[in-house]
Amino acid sequence: MNTFPLLSFLTLIPLLGGVAALLAPRHTNLARRVALAASLLALGVAALLWAMFDTGRAGYQFAEQATWVGPLGIDYRLGVDGLGLLMVGLSALITPFAILASWKIEPNARLHFALMLFLEAGLFGTFTALNFFHWFIYWELGLIPAYFLIKLWGGPQRTRAANQFLIYTLAGSVAMLLAFLAIYAATGQFDFDQLAALARNGGLTDALFDKLHGSFFTSRETLATVIFLGVFLGFAVKAPLMPFHTWLPSAYAEAPTGTAMLLTGAMSKMGVYGFLRILLPLFPAQMRAMQTPLLCLAVATIVFSAAAALAQRDLKRMVAYSSINHVGYCLLGIFAVVQLTGDTADAATDKAAALNGVMLQMFNHGLTASALFYFVGLIEQRSGGLRGLDDFGGLRKAAPVFCGLMGITLFASLGLPGLNGFVSEFLIFKGVLPLAGWAAAVSTLGLLITAIFLLTILQRVFSGPLQERWTGWKDLTIGERLTLAPVMALMLGIGICPQILVSVANPAALAMLKLF
Amino acid sequence: MLVWTIYISFLGAAGLVLLPRENRRAARILALLTALAGLALALGGAAQYELRATSDTRLDLVNLPWITDLGINYHLAADGISVTLVLLTGIAAVAGVLFSWNVERRTREFFALYFALIGAVYGVFLSFDLFLLFVFYEIAIVPKYFLIAVWGSTRREYGAMKLALYSFAGSALVLVGLIAAYVVSGAQSFDLLVLAKQSFPVAFQHWAFPLVFVGFAVLAGLWPFHTWAPTGHVAAPTAASMLLAGVVMKLGAYGALRVAMLLFPEGVHYWQNWIALLAVIGIVYGGTVALVQRDLKFVIGYSSVSHMGFVLLGLMTLTQIGLSGAVLQMFSHGIIAGLLFAVVGRMIYDRAHTRQLSELEPMNLGVLAPFAAVTFVIAGAASMGLPGFSGFIAELQVLTGAWGVFPRLTILAGVGILVGIAFMVRVWIKTFFGEKQTTAQAAAIHIEPISIPERVGACLLLGTTVLIGLWPGLLLNLITPTLGSPLFQPLWQGGRP
Repeated sequence: MNTFPLLSFLTLIPLLGGVAALLAPRHTNLARRVALAASLLALGVAALLWAMFDTGRAGYQFAEQATWVGPLGIDYRLGVDGLGLLMVGLSALITPFAILASWKIEPNARLHFALMLFLEAGLFGTFTALNFFHWFIYWELGLIPAYFLIKLWGGPQRTRAANQFLIYTLAGSVAMLLAFLAIYAATGQFDFDQLAALARNGGLTDALFDKLHGSFFTSRETLATVIFLGVFLGFAVKAPLMPFHTWLPSAYAEAPTGTAMLLTGAMSKMGVYGFLRILLPLFPAQMRAMQTPLLCLAVATIVFSAAAALAQRDLKRMVAYSSINHVGYCLLGIFAVVQLTGDTADAATDKAAALNGVMLQMFNHGLTASALFYFVGLIEQRSGGLRGLDDFGGLRKAAPVFCGLMGITLFASLGLPGLNGFVSEFLIFKGVLPLAGWAAAVSTLGLLITAIFLLTILQRVFSGPLQERWTGWKDLTIGERLTLAPVMALMLGIGICPQILVSVANPAALAMLKLF
Repeated sequence: MLVWTIYISFLGAAGLVLLPRENRRAARILALLTALAGLALALGGAAQYELRATSDTRLDLVNLPWITDLGINYHLAADGISVTLVLLTGIAAVAGVLFSWNVERRTREFFALYFALIGAVYGVFLSFDLFLLFVFYEIAIVPKYFLIAVWGSTRREYGAMKLALYSFAGSALVLVGLIAAYVVSGAQSFDLLVLAKQSFPVAFQHWAFPLVFVGFAVLAGLWPFHTWAPTGHVAAPTAASMLLAGVVMKLGAYGALRVAMLLFPEGVHYWQNWIALLAVIGIVYGGTVALVQRDLKFVIGYSSVSHMGFVLLGLMTLTQIGLSGAVLQMFSHGIIAGLLFAVVGRMIYDRAHTRQLSELEPMNLGVLAPFAAVTFVIAGAASMGLPGFSGFIAELQVLTGAWGVFPRLTILAGVGILVGIAFMVRVWIKTFFGEKQTTAQAAAIHIEPISIPERVGACLLLGTTVLIGLWPGLLLNLITPTLGSPLFQPLWQGGRP
């Protein structure tokens, strides 16, 4: 076993890189270069992890453990399984992409890039930590940089959007914190695995009841449900799940391009990750009991956000709503697999398919949505701030490569076979259909509407007569093409050969199924 | 070594008085040296404590007969809680001097009074004889009054008088309770260790406990006796508001724990729910009032009431983890509130000459004073209780303890945390990131750069809160064993054997 603490090192790179970017001399390019170098180094380490990852083995790899807060019995414990690795890889990919996308940001580039790197550190930490105590540090560490990225470099409504984003997310976090403190008060444990082990034989509910029952909580089930809802709220806001999503459209729409890419590409995955890593193993019984309402919320998330996207006239808002829609599929998959099915092989296959689909969808959506925000950012930049659906037309003639690549991304987003989005959505639907047929059936409406509005974008922006004022529209520059190349390659690569992700995700999915 | 923290501060105060009046530089340097010596002694004393503490986690420092007829001893000792708070005082004292570097008016007298206050505070934290503790507690009131009345700002005479009157009224309650305990015990001693061993009659505890507890807790900002705090903080000069929030409020909480709770364990159990309720009202009320203030310093003043509510809530859980959280919150709030007051009073008010949020909004201070902005944002994040800072560990422990005892109040305290986040975000934006059109008045403001002493002071306080936030074990290793010591046993058992 490798004794070098690779995961800690990975988290440390962007932290140190951020500090270095802050210390770089003002008015030079150094801060940008330092930031890019740090994020590329992190990408390199993530690639190394990917290469060294043993896909034949379930459980956490690259594990690290040390005593942290002795008197409180808190250990520093890190490790990644397939899910963690996918998310680490995704974050490592999106960050340099976002840094390149905001290369020319002004004013105060140093602070901007430093905040981006701190956000990346928060992502890495969240996806590798296995103890609530330091996991929560990273969970919140991502938040403050994101807040200031929106507040300081965002669009005209930025203050309102940033405040709403921060208050909503922190409200969720406080609820989650209180719930976890109740768990800690009852069990003296913050360790995810220990708690999952307790939860498996019902010990968690018992412990909670023994410690906290009283005049207020008289029933075992109510108490566990209240605690479950506390944790749930934290993740539901972050993901987001309807009706906790209202912060998202304005936050994404007001955020500068690079930040929107990070928010949708990686940060929204923190919520889904929490559902998989924490809620499923800790509260399977509660999720099962509430399965129908949860499925309804997921379906509502999928259908309504797609419909809302269709009603928008602002490209960035459309992409923002479509982002909610795509995360909705992940939640649909998660809520479907909690179904009790007995030990039949068929059910196990369905569940495994759904979980694999969820993990792939997290990765694919991160890739596709951040690319879409990148394209919208380019449009905004070239048009001098316009991004209305009806402001353009016929750009295909002026910028064929731009049109082609954005078209591919749009198709990937709507799930065209051969591109990455198809595989994951197919797997989710394949799994959910037998488990919760009605939910899958209604959700296909979402697929349909998504296709409509994404094609509308393609049509309105790129087809039709070219408007006079856009005749000088610049096609993608070499730099932009190079920035996009790896992402496009991955979208195609995963579409054609999903095995590269499935091989990592599948052992984790199978192990996760044994937890509940 | 710990004893010398008291003496060196009083010696420093005396030395300052003897300096020539016009030599401000010498006064500042002597003040800084005194504060640094105090901090060094506190750190050394902490190390010494770790090495030499006895099995019941106490390190006796001095125990000499003082007023033998009444059984009063000059008994100074330290346990883990004392050491934690002595460390806090040391750090706050150094930071306070650094942030008062620009005091031009009667510099020497300012610092002399400052160290008289500090010395008395060290004294309270180290006294194990309750009469002695009371004497130090009273000594602290006098310099506090003059610091505010002479060097203060907004309605300083009013603020100073209110603070002094509240303090004296609280002390009167404490004194009545102490004398009653002395008489009832019949042990002819004011020694904490002797009195804590007495089993006072239950009926006596029921009325003596609230007397002593509330008497002390007035100074800790217990709602509804908190009203001195915002006015006092606002009126005080920067260093004094740093000390008020940072250390003096801790005197109240410390006294409430050390005297009221240890002497009257059954009284605590009897009043537990009511005081916890007041504490949570303080948390929510302080935060809500802070949310609508127009004066930036009032926001921080009320935030102190809110955060001290967590200390009192932690104390009332009567669990080890809750008390440990309360003590840690005393430390943490001392550091964070000190920092917030430093930014508001020194970095902003001394430069912009206003604290009105509406006037600060058009000034664009985020660009003009980036160092102040970054400091205030990080301090604000710490004050919100974000993880990674000391306040998080403290609130974590307090709320963990509270869950088992008062689930409803715990949820309410969670709402209080949210309000705390909201008011901090509001002042972040209004103070540093306002987007209002720049007015002529605002444009005329000349912001001088943040000086070196301010930078050092800010880094000292920020470093401390992050250090404890990431390695809480440094302090928990002092606090936890003490809470397990025999002195605290009656508290856990509710006085019943």
